[in-house]
Amino acid sequence: MSSVSLKNITKSFKAVQAVKELSLDIQKGEFFTFLGPSGCGKTTTLRMIAGFYYPTTGSIFFGDREMTKVAPEKRNTGMVFQNYALFPHMTVFENVAFGLKVRKLASAEVKKRVEEALAKVRLDAFIKRQVSQLSGGQQQRVALARSLVIQPEILLLDEPLSNLDARLRDEMRTEILRLQREYGITTIYVTHDQIEALSMSDRIAVFNAGECQQIGTPKEIYNEPANDFVASFIGETNLIPVQLEGVEGNTLQFCWDGDSSRKLVAEQPVAFSKEEALSVSIRPEAVEVYEEAPVNLQNVYEGTIELAQFTGAALNLFISLGEKVIQAMLLNTMAQPEPEPGDRVWVRLPESRVRVVPRVLEPKEGRRIS
Amino acid sequence: MKNRDQRFTLLLLIPVVLVLVAYVLYPSLRTLIESFQSKEGLSSANYKDFFGSESRSNLQALWNSVYISLLSVFFSALIGVPLAFIFNKYEFPGRSFFSSAAILPIVLPSLVGVMAFMFLYGESGLIPNAIKDLFGLKNVPFKIGGVSGILIVHAYTMYVYFYMTVSSTIRSIDPSLEEAAYNLGASRLTVFRKVTLPLLTPAIVGASLLVFMTSMASFSAPFLLAGGFRVLSLQIYFSKVNGNLSMAATQSVILSIVSISFLLFMRWYQNRRDYRMATKGIGAHRSEIKNPLLKGLMVAVGIVGVIILLLPHMTILILSLVPDGTWTYQTYPSIFNGENYLFLFTEPKIWDPVRNSLILAFLATLGNLVFGVLTSYVLVKRKFVGKNMVDIMVMLPWALPATVVGMNLVLAFNESSIFTFGHILVGTFWILPLAYFIRHIPLVVRSTNATLEQLDDSLEEAARNLGAKWFYLFRRVVLPLVMPGVMAGTLLAFVEAVGEFPTSVLLYTLSNRPISIEIMNQLRMFNMGQAAAYGMIQISLIGLVLFISNKFFGIKAERSL
Repeated sequence: MSSVSLKNITKSFKAVQAVKELSLDIQKGEFFTFLGPSGCGKTTTLRMIAGFYYPTTGSIFFGDREMTKVAPEKRNTGMVFQNYALFPHMTVFENVAFGLKVRKLASAEVKKRVEEALAKVRLDAFIKRQVSQLSGGQQQRVALARSLVIQPEILLLDEPLSNLDARLRDEMRTEILRLQREYGITTIYVTHDQIEALSMSDRIAVFNAGECQQIGTPKEIYNEPANDFVASFIGETNLIPVQLEGVEGNTLQFCWDGDSSRKLVAEQPVAFSKEEALSVSIRPEAVEVYEEAPVNLQNVYEGTIELAQFTGAALNLFISLGEKVIQAMLLNTMAQPEPEPGDRVWVRLPESRVRVVPRVLEPKEGRRIS
Repeated sequence: MKNRDQRFTLLLLIPVVLVLVAYVLYPSLRTLIESFQSKEGLSSANYKDFFGSESRSNLQALWNSVYISLLSVFFSALIGVPLAFIFNKYEFPGRSFFSSAAILPIVLPSLVGVMAFMFLYGESGLIPNAIKDLFGLKNVPFKIGGVSGILIVHAYTMYVYFYMTVSSTIRSIDPSLEEAAYNLGASRLTVFRKVTLPLLTPAIVGASLLVFMTSMASFSAPFLLAGGFRVLSLQIYFSKVNGNLSMAATQSVILSIVSISFLLFMRWYQNRRDYRMATKGIGAHRSEIKNPLLKGLMVAVGIVGVIILLLPHMTILILSLVPDGTWTYQTYPSIFNGENYLFLFTEPKIWDPVRNSLILAFLATLGNLVFGVLTSYVLVKRKFVGKNMVDIMVMLPWALPATVVGMNLVLAFNESSIFTFGHILVGTFWILPLAYFIRHIPLVVRSTNATLEQLDDSLEEAARNLGAKWFYLFRRVVLPLVMPGVMAGTLLAFVEAVGEFPTSVLLYTLSNRPISIEIMNQLRMFNMGQAAAYGMIQISLIGLVLFISNKFFGIKAERSL
């Protein structure tokens, strides 16, 4: 087991910079996730750690050993591929034994270790099967066993759940987490699924367009996004472009971009300048909805319900405030009467729950409903 | 350190490029240079000769080659396309048997096929004479020879290209496309014209070009049947035999230019449009023929068809049982025994060609196997600059007519060169396996490419991640998985090498003469029986190899084309 450090990694493919100036440290035994949309550089980074790509500039360390240009077969990492990459001409046993045979272990030892590993992933009954006879979830477990059996220093998982159906995905999420805790192994997990990232990780690095946007615990990433990309990529959010007008201690005063009559107040101990392009992010579950205009409260806007979506646990309301549509999520409390499209309502964006973030995305219109 | 992967690629690439340059590129260039050689040094005199008015024969031969090829395309399509339709669109008793019988012509090496046709439909052929006797005619009612002979042989052997490409396209057409057209109110004819036919166009065009190229390169049929009729591939042979190497080179260059232009056209056409089905995994969808009369007719036609297809094979089998010297002035042979086969074991002179063929084909195929797998791996799985060039060099022997490949070798290796370590190869044993090897490079590389492209890169990466070095993972992961493709190509290369005639006739020596050459010799001595017995040996070898590949590797013969 070992820690991993990336120092100023850049990777270019011809004209395209897939990863730009990336530095991060992953602790021993940590479950670390690279999260981002496709093409953001997360898989490229993982493959550089595995040794399938060499960085154009920068260096990679496992502990204090430099691994930047070490061949993949000499790194002792265990990788689980998106398509599992099980050898189709081998049985379950042969697949799991492959890495051990390469390491020239005695065959009795190989047998013992493979059986142990397969027992850990609860596949001991399938040891003689051809891999093609297994279900997707079982193949996934074989791939996990194959990577873990060689006692790697680092476990690398490249979108391992993306080929499974929803129910199996939930099951395997728990399974992977259980194995990771059991082996206590440093794990790097690549995904574009925010739920996976939030529910499994000790820490998350959010990638976009080759750059790392934010590194933090799931709570930090969700509650204190570093910019509007992170805010909108992880979870649902409402983004309102704003203009800073004044600062009083921790209270920041804004007006809406393009509508100086609409004011907005936020409480956040961060200094921004008036020139900066800023947005305010507020999660739908933080938006408060009133049937009558509330008194003595700030950040209140009048609007009309355009659409009400019932999702079981909650009711999603899309409320039009003139140009802007705000999404609000109300827990299903079976309260009557239910809000309906066309209803006049007042939304409140509580000062303590709005989050001011630098704007890195193109300013977009609010969520439009067709 | 940084370029470890690139250096390794280079290491793999060096032998590949070396072989291609030495044995594909250099001989072709040698021919090109030779074609500009004349008494006064470098000049275009040979080309002026070729197109000049004094020797009309060359131009005539070029024109003959082209128009025979065009007609071959027409007749092959006329047989192959309807057959493909009948066997893939309708269900009737015996359909699957007939449809596999339809590819029988590919088990017949070209020279043996032509020989069979000569004995069947030629001047003293069995069929015309049987009809003559049956109806008490004075003369034979018809005979093949010259243009008609070449065309019939071409149609018989080449309709398979149309049959197979069109069949596989028909099978891949989603039946719901046609159903959708019917549903939108189209009539049967409209559906055929507007939906089915456009979808088949790529297959038909592809097959047409293939037949055209094959027929431009065809050597055995004109060699035995042409009489005084000239075609370009034969002209090359005659020029070489007459010692006019410069003219042979010029003719080779011109024939190659025609062939390669067609190859380029074909590639361009294939890349032009993508007709691949959006849907996947379609079940066969044949309408059953209910009308008992029509059903009977289909079966009858099928049976007659199979008999016609099998007649050449049968003829060779029967003739092989006729002892030499017992069938001279008689219309039909009258004595049958196994003498010709017995000679194989008693007469070393008779056995030699068989042994030679086996050794030559084995050596060439072994080379193809090793070289093909390496080349294909480098081409598919490695990145390097100039991949296109290597790809073109690999495909070159496929585009070049066999006669040209033979001429290239004659011109390149009848003098010592660094590529042959200072030896003169022409006139030695090694020139023939080299020729077969070159001819069949594309076969093995292409069929291996097809399977390697299916192989996900992540398998190799997974093996490396688990600690395997390249050679280990190549042996334990890559090779076992691509074996079916490798074997398909290799076995086909062996089959082709056993039957190879055009290069053999240009390059053989007395001591390494293969079966095909001995067939030609025996025919010259009018030993029909012995020639046919050799033919049977070739057919059985080919049949055996195809059987083995189907049985043990699950390779369908039609896949290999």
